[in-house]
Amino acid sequence: MNIIVCVKQVIDPEAPPASFKIDTAGTKAEMKGVPPVIDPYGEYAVEAALRLKEAKGGKITVISLGSGLLREVVKKPLAMGADELILLDDPAYDGGDSFSTAASIALAIKKKGDFDLILCGREASDTNAGQTGPAIAEILGIPCITLARKIESGDGNLRIERVNSAGFDVIETPLPALVTVSNEIGQPRYPTIKGIMGAKKIEPVIWKPADIGLETSRAGASGRRTKVRRLFQPVHEGKCDFAAGETPEEMAQNLAAKLREAKVL
Amino acid sequence: MSDFNGISVVCELKDGSISPISFEGIGIARTLADSLNQQVTAIIPGSGISGLAAQTIAQGADKVIVIDNPELKDYQPDVYLSVLQSAVNQLKPQIIIMGQTDTGREVAARLAFRLNTETTLDCIDLSIDADSKRLLQTKPVYGGNAQAIIVTETDPQMVTIRTKAFTALAPDTARKGEVVNFPAVIDASAMKARITERKVEAVSGIKLEDARVVVSGGRGIGGAEGFKQLEELAKLLNGAVGASRPACDNNWISDTAQVGLTGKIIAPEVYFAVAISGSSQHMSGCSGAKTIIAINKDKEANIFKQARFGVVGDWKKVLPAFTQKVKELISS
Repeated sequence: MNIIVCVKQVIDPEAPPASFKIDTAGTKAEMKGVPPVIDPYGEYAVEAALRLKEAKGGKITVISLGSGLLREVVKKPLAMGADELILLDDPAYDGGDSFSTAASIALAIKKKGDFDLILCGREASDTNAGQTGPAIAEILGIPCITLARKIESGDGNLRIERVNSAGFDVIETPLPALVTVSNEIGQPRYPTIKGIMGAKKIEPVIWKPADIGLETSRAGASGRRTKVRRLFQPVHEGKCDFAAGETPEEMAQNLAAKLREAKVL
Repeated sequence: MSDFNGISVVCELKDGSISPISFEGIGIARTLADSLNQQVTAIIPGSGISGLAAQTIAQGADKVIVIDNPELKDYQPDVYLSVLQSAVNQLKPQIIIMGQTDTGREVAARLAFRLNTETTLDCIDLSIDADSKRLLQTKPVYGGNAQAIIVTETDPQMVTIRTKAFTALAPDTARKGEVVNFPAVIDASAMKARITERKVEAVSGIKLEDARVVVSGGRGIGGAEGFKQLEELAKLLNGAVGASRPACDNNWISDTAQVGLTGKIIAPEVYFAVAISGSSQHMSGCSGAKTIIAINKDKEANIFKQARFGVVGDWKKVLPAFTQKVKELISS
């Protein structure tokens, strides 16, 4: 089974909240002093791809889109075990929304061809949009299954467990299809030393907009359908009333008394 | 000049009734429609649902599109998508509102791209821009570290709304509205993926999303054993047990107990955060709680910024004493 995995380079969502800063224009954020990472949600998609490859064989191609992508970051899926990396890396791809990003990736996937399955993370950890995956599926006209917690490959079809609030649905779909992967799939593996050494030898393929037949007016910021009017951090007042006491037990009792007094309990 | 007009709310059914989130959607749609001087249309896809139209009118809809077909009894993504696409193509609403639910998040995203537009999922605030008359869509981003105000430049402008972020109007049975039946247009060739089984994981006691009191544990709980202690307190207060993502990822508790951006978004009266640091992604799921009470050994933990009451200490010592004291207070 040939699998394409779409993974994004993002600011590190696990960095301390204090390093989170919004730029003066109020449309972009950064983690000051913390290098970017591969999107953790995308790593779950890579993990799902690796498990399918272990079960059924095939090849895993990773696609990442952006501008000035850091090789040591975007090569992580290769170090985890993916086979090849296509980078849509050009200033023209920068600043896109789900619409222009999906349009670019769909063109790259068409150019690549020869795939059975496309995997994406359930959403990106920066925009939390959850749309690029479904958008690629709609553009390519293939089935779209979201929020997978388990993917099993059959004969020309897939059996997918989709997370929902009460449990899960079982979905059967023919291939090719696009599946977005949720964190319930299980922890992504760590790259091995062998994997890291192997990744060093793989040169990513780089496709500029012209290489995939994309007019720059449809790429990145120029191709957006949505505009971010403003980005801001909600303010929390931090008026926590701490229960006092000499020992943890005493504090606990005082907390209970306080809650009773405030009619919370 | 756009030929798109009006606000459509796609209603969702749960056990044969319209979900509360759909009424919340109609509520905010009413406010937006009044400021635009436009109409609110409720779209109800389902099976055997003719009796439900009047409820949506009482909640604020001017017009109801009923799409009643046995094929719509249970949610099948490709069927729903086909039916909604044909309805929306006829109605041409300027704004479409759905709930950020298991189905809404998926249908909205896919429908938007079929309609050559885009959707903003999980909105917590919606208003009309005074100058452009476009919809200002506020949604949490960066895992809840920030919020973005987004404007869609194409019509229809599509959004899903977060549960309990908006308020339903008080029902007014005297309200008048028009009910129209639409046929379910199902493109058989588009039926590719099918839901073949629906597994409901058994929950003992009250459901997390319905509970008045929620007792949640995080990474600091350290194992499945600790969650039994949280359960004891939850039972005592007739509440439910929740968890942060690390606790679920470690299989200390079922994934369905996860509270946060990628889990359940809840708004109980009382939320106990035990050994939870309070990451933005977790707070996204519980910041709607009326009162947050935190127990954490780290005084600098982010959770104390949003908690109303707190104890700085080891939960293993604090919780048993707290539970005991609550027991005494309840019985006295």
